[in-house]
This record gives sequence, structure tokens and C-alpha cells, in this order.
Amino acid sequence: MTNSTFTPVLSNRDSATAIQDEMIQAEHPWSGIVRKGQVFRIIDSEGCQAVDTLFYSLADHTERYSAQDTVLAQGTPYIGPGSVLYSNRGNPLATVIADTSGSHDTSAGACSCESNTVRFGHQTKYMHACRENFLIAVSRHGMGKRDIVPNINFFMNVPIDPDGTLAIADGVSSGGDYVEMVAHQDLLCVISNCPQVNNPCNAFDPTPIRVLVWAD
Amino acid sequence: MPRQTPEQIATNRARYLELKAAASGRAPLVLPPPTPRDAAPPSADTVTLSETLPGGWYWTGIIRRGQVLRIANPAGTPGVSLLAWNLADTSERYNHADTIKIQWTAELRKGRVLFSDMGRVLLSIVEDSSGRHDTVVGGSTPASVARTYGADSGVRNARENFILAVGKHGLSQRDIPPCITFFAPVTVTAEGRFSFDAAGVTPGDFVSLRAEMDLILAISNTPHPLAPAVSPVPVELTIHSAPAAGPDDLCRTATAEAARGFVNTDAYLSA
Repeated sequence: MTNSTFTPVLSNRDSATAIQDEMIQAEHPWSGIVRKGQVFRIIDSEGCQAVDTLFYSLADHTERYSAQDTVLAQGTPYIGPGSVLYSNRGNPLATVIADTSGSHDTSAGACSCESNTVRFGHQTKYMHACRENFLIAVSRHGMGKRDIVPNINFFMNVPIDPDGTLAIADGVSSGGDYVEMVAHQDLLCVISNCPQVNNPCNAFDPTPIRVLVWAD
Repeated sequence: MPRQTPEQIATNRARYLELKAAASGRAPLVLPPPTPRDAAPPSADTVTLSETLPGGWYWTGIIRRGQVLRIANPAGTPGVSLLAWNLADTSERYNHADTIKIQWTAELRKGRVLFSDMGRVLLSIVEDSSGRHDTVVGGSTPASVARTYGADSGVRNARENFILAVGKHGLSQRDIPPCITFFAPVTVTAEGRFSFDAAGVTPGDFVSLRAEMDLILAISNTPHPLAPAVSPVPVELTIHSAPAAGPDDLCRTATAEAARGFVNTDAYLSA
């Protein structure tokens, strides 16, 4: 998907009225609760930073984000303005209501120490990875490795060509770009602010992100 | 938090581009063409399971390291979905995202492998007459069946078949990740939309998957959710033993990524 055709969808919400406002440092995990009807924004503070994100139904963690339900419902592998994020039970979890960047991925999943050895060589085994972040974050909510499913990668550019070729391309987000969603049920949101330095998902240099939540 | 130095960034970018170029240059040259439809029939004395899976139904069972599952599609049903778990630790399972990201392609065919979430090879595609499989969109769901067939059609779907299949092993919905669907010619167009090529579903195709560790398998014989509304027809499942894969085995050597995946698998199995 080329970004040249992307039309930004802006939000007029003011950060001063947010009920949550948190910086997530480079490479760190985060989890938080977003209630039904609340609005959730992720800001790519410095640009080109992949934000690996999962959602779970707060009422029942066995209901969680489903990449395949989401891409099937949309007819495209990419997340953008208007995308409805679906659960593994076919229920809408959230809808993207603003997006200044485009080209969000949900096919390539999260890096792990184990997959890094295969992708980049065994010398990369002892490097911090997203699934390490996810495991720490979900452990606080009584979940484990079984509960970590392939996620959304906000601000990560993974074009899939007609011949199937797929690679992580240079990100297209700039500092201050954001994506904003409205929650359709009470959600547990889990983020790994990706520590990967072996591919261009964060320009080989992880940077902080900011999360804001509004009451509506 | 210290930032990467410009030298580190340049070094890592150079290595990424080198790996990408190697993958895009080598694999298409090394990978063989599709298997002829009449090739590699398992001999009767090696067959340990021979099952006709009716349209709409699921099968689940255990396959041992070295055994080969052959899914034959004699009548051209548009989609057979599959999931796999490590029998010894079911928290390790097929990972569709790693499978395509590691191999730099969503196009799986003979010579490619299916990865677990632990950087290990679960299954190798040792024969494949089709080469038209979907690794991104996945199987049918109650919602997709309602859209395609109508809300009260009673047509079975992959999602609920997988819930039934994992239930037979004491597992639950938490254990159902995104799946792979064979005989489902899905591509992404230049405009970024999914396209299902119904003409690419051809009667008589088969795919053979060699287990690289002991696995639980679940198979759903349900049409791909992007396929036209059709009544699913039976597929033939065969599990047979095969000669041990040598160090020069195609699936082990075709790509550097698969070779490293097998290093991880072998180390795990010999521990």
C-alpha cells in the first residue's frame, strides 16, 4: 500500500482534557483499561516507532483481538481510518476514528527472542523483544503465553505484494503522528513499545510513545 | 535509555537489507515447482491413518515427528484450515505471523515451512501440487458464514470446528491462534484488497506436511471465507511414515531462515 494516496483523518480532542496521559519509554511494556465509549490515542512521539498492541475484553480475557477476523471483515490486511478491530468472537472491540499516518500492520505479529534467532541470526537471541514485553504485561492480569496472539503494529509498514512478498519497510510516521480509537466494550489494552533494532520498524532506534484516553 | 549510535543504526540497516536481498534472490531459485498431481503417493504399508473428512467437518489427532500428513482435495473444495500444537507443550503452536515474516512471503509452497511461536519448525511442506494457500485471512467464522450463506444456513465454520477440536484435547478458545487455510488462492491486490481466485482451486490437488516434532493437529474442512458460496465436499486425510529427512533435505536447506529454524528445532528435541 503506498502512502501517497493516504488522507489523514484528524481529531480535535485536546490533550488537556484527557483522563489518562502517559509516556511509554522506548522498549517498555504498558497495559491499561479503556472503558466502553472512551477514546484511546497512541502518539508516535518522534516518528517511525512500531507500537505492538493487543486488546482483551475486560470482562473475559478469552475474548481478545483477532487479526484474522479484522482483516477478513475489512477486505484488506492494513489498519487505517474506519477500521473496525474485531475479537475472536466476531465482536467489535474498537474503531479507528482518527489517523494521521496510515500503513498500520496486523499481519506480521510481534518480535520475539526466538523468532529473532531465525530472522536475524542466533547472535540476536539475547535482545529485548516485544513478546517479552507482552508476557510481563499480561502476567499482571493472570494471563500467560497462551494468551498472546498476533497483534496490531501501529505505525509499522508491512506491504504485502500481489506475489505474496512481505517485508518490514521503512516507517512512514513522523513525530507527532497519532492513531485514535473508540472502544466498543470495556477493554484491557496491552502495548509493547517495540525494542526491535534489527529491522526498520522503528528506524533501528526505538523512541518513546504517548498514550491518551478521553472519557468520550 | 541510550539511543542507538549512528554507526549501530547503519550496521543494522545494512544487515537487514543484506538478509532481505538474500531471501528475495535465493529462495525463488531454490524452491522447486509444484508437485505433479500423481506424484509421491504414499505406499499402503506406510499408512497409519486414512480418513475421509466430510465437507463441513473437522478432524483432530496426533502426528509424530517424521510422519507425513497428506491432505488431498479430489473434488476441489475451496479451503481446508489447519492448526498445530507441540504435543509436549501445547503453549507452543502455529504462528501465522512469524511464518510469513520469517520467510519474507505470504506465499507458502513446496520447500517452505510452518513456524511455531518459539522459532521452531512445526511442519515442512514436502509436497504440494497447489501452491495456492492462504496464510493471512484464515478460516471461516460464524459471521463470515452468515454473510456468505445467510444467517440460518447451518453451514459449519472453521472457528467453531477448532473450538470443538481443541476441546477434545483439554484445550480451550485461548489456544486457538490464527490458522492457515490450504487450497485458498488469496492474494493482496496492488490496491491493497484481498482477492480470492476461485479458478485457482483445482480438483485433484494435494499438500503433504511432514511433522518436525510430535504435534496435535486440528483440521477444518470448511470453505475459505472469501470463497464463493459452495457446499463443501470431502477431502482425504492420510498420515504415513516417510524416510528420515537427511541434512540435505530441501525444506531444511532451501533458505537460511529455515536452516536456522531447524537448528532451533533440533536443539529442542535433543535436549
